Amino acid sequence: MNNFLSRATPYIQATSLLLILGFFLAIPILLLLVVSFWDYDFVGMYPGFLTFNYAETLGSWVTWKTYGNTLKFAALVWAITAFIGFWVAYFLAFHVRSATTQMILFLVCTVPFLTSNIIRMISWIPVLGRNGLINSGLVGAGIVDQPVEWLLYSDFAVVLAMVHLYTLFMVTPIFNTMMRIDKSLVEAARDAGARDWQVIWNVILPLAKPGVAIGSIFVVTLVMADFSTVQVMSGGQSASVALMMRNQMSLLQYPAAAANAIVLLALVLFMVAGILRIVDIRKEL
Amino acid sequence: MSKAAEIDIASVSKIYGKTIAVDAISLKIPAGSYCCLLGPSGCGKTSTLRMIAGHETVSIGDIVLGKEVVTDLPPAKRGTAMMFQSYALFPHLDLIDNVAFSLKMSGVDKDTRRARALNMLKLMQMEAYASRKPAQLSGGQQQRVALARALITDPEALLLDEPLSALDPFLKIRMRAELKKLQKQLGITFVHVTHSQEEAMALADIVVVMSDGRIEQAASPREVFERPATAFVARFMGDHNVIGGKVTGSSDGLVTFELVGGGTFSASGQIKAAGSDVDAAIRTDHVRIGESPVKGLGFTGIISNIEYRGATVKLTIEGAGIAEFTAIITDKAYYATPVAVGDAVPLHWDPEDAIILGTLNS
Repeated sequence: MNNFLSRATPYIQATSLLLILGFFLAIPILLLLVVSFWDYDFVGMYPGFLTFNYAETLGSWVTWKTYGNTLKFAALVWAITAFIGFWVAYFLAFHVRSATTQMILFLVCTVPFLTSNIIRMISWIPVLGRNGLINSGLVGAGIVDQPVEWLLYSDFAVVLAMVHLYTLFMVTPIFNTMMRIDKSLVEAARDAGARDWQVIWNVILPLAKPGVAIGSIFVVTLVMADFSTVQVMSGGQSASVALMMRNQMSLLQYPAAAANAIVLLALVLFMVAGILRIVDIRKEL
Repeated sequence: MSKAAEIDIASVSKIYGKTIAVDAISLKIPAGSYCCLLGPSGCGKTSTLRMIAGHETVSIGDIVLGKEVVTDLPPAKRGTAMMFQSYALFPHLDLIDNVAFSLKMSGVDKDTRRARALNMLKLMQMEAYASRKPAQLSGGQQQRVALARALITDPEALLLDEPLSALDPFLKIRMRAELKKLQKQLGITFVHVTHSQEEAMALADIVVVMSDGRIEQAASPREVFERPATAFVARFMGDHNVIGGKVTGSSDGLVTFELVGGGTFSASGQIKAAGSDVDAAIRTDHVRIGESPVKGLGFTGIISNIEYRGATVKLTIEGAGIAEFTAIITDKAYYATPVAVGDAVPLHWDPEDAIILGTLNS
């Protein structure tokens, strides 16, 4: 009996996590997968095994265009946040001398996150709008005759808001990796005659790669799943995969949305796998 | 081959805010010599090395390397190469790329720099590991790679920051011998920072003993050992008893002084005014058991501890106003006339084994 108990202990200890992951991750995804094969009409869903939902999703040029649009956002936002994230983290880690200042400046980076996503997004509207701060400034200064139209309700606005929302997810992991780089490596590089940009390119960037990879995973998955930013900032003129799913759900087309979700999940997993293939992040974990 | 440079440090100070890490030191390190900067942690030895290397700015003063003032030059323009304490090998590069790093920075093409790096690794007998990453090497191997990386720039002086501190005791002694051999072979100036007296004695042509940002003594190992300049040097090098008292008189280069509530001793040194404070050093290994034929060159005390060390026996004695006096005698002498803890024993030494110590300000 005692022997049985001691052998069972590790399994019992693992049970709590297993239950949480099971209920909140495995079962929902399994249900999604099952539902994606069901039939539906405007009144309800009917259990079955149809590949129609997938055929419709993958066969429609609207889907392909929406995926293309979402990937475009992901690529743009990724490139911009990676660029900003790298330099912010680099400044914090290598140019701020005292640990206290470092921590204070890092906390300053997180201040915008004390408010909700929606508020931060919406607060762009009075800045970018037709009669917003920038436009009235530009018109008032006589730089343009007409207010600039593409500032709000455009792809530009979507990308801007996403960069604003997600840059911290890039800064944090890169900063974290950079803090672990031995400062004497930078000195050793200087001793070997490396200029500033050579130190960054040959020493800091390669060693910060795991951080960039983790940040990229955050940003890519967040952008791929985003619908609120796209809807608000594009004023309904741009589409994303998640927005398409939301529309399908509001039309009670749950199985179609499920099929779409499975396709998106597969795509995102594929992208994450790609990032992990390029960079070995095991050192970070 | 010999392109070694003399290093001339001219009243150099390093000030961090209100703390003075290095206080107006002047030092000439002859070309092609092996110099050890020795001292306890926080004495300014590493700051001094880093200023020579150019990784630390000089607050006041100048550093001359060969014929050139290098005070304001960047590290790579000085003709020095530094080997870092933990070696600072680039973890993402294999050994060849690590060694070839400086060549890559100066724009040497890939084939040439890899060939030269491989040659350098051959010199260090590390060519078999050329495609490995630093993490796959032992401490001693990492050190050889760090040496190869530093030497590929063909420096006039190699600066080593506690190069042996990361190694286990056995390896330490082996790598020490390798360093000395390498320095002889290359003929360039080595400046080596260490806190180990033994290391400094074994390697150096000049030992520079530092304390509190100042140089206490810069001399050959033999002189530092036999004729420590100050009480700090005598204590730090070990092997000397340091006793302090007030001068009562001097004659014939022999100063007589009295310990507070203790005996009267004499030691050889410059004549000092009666009544002034004085420190004297007595070699621990030249103390013998037995009555002193001359007054002032011995005392009688109680043994408080005996330590057996194999070839020698270390006796700790208390008496004549001295709280702790160490005598190291050969095992032969000890077993000829064994003593025990609590015994009163007479000790004596020769006049030349007791020397008067100076102070920094005088």
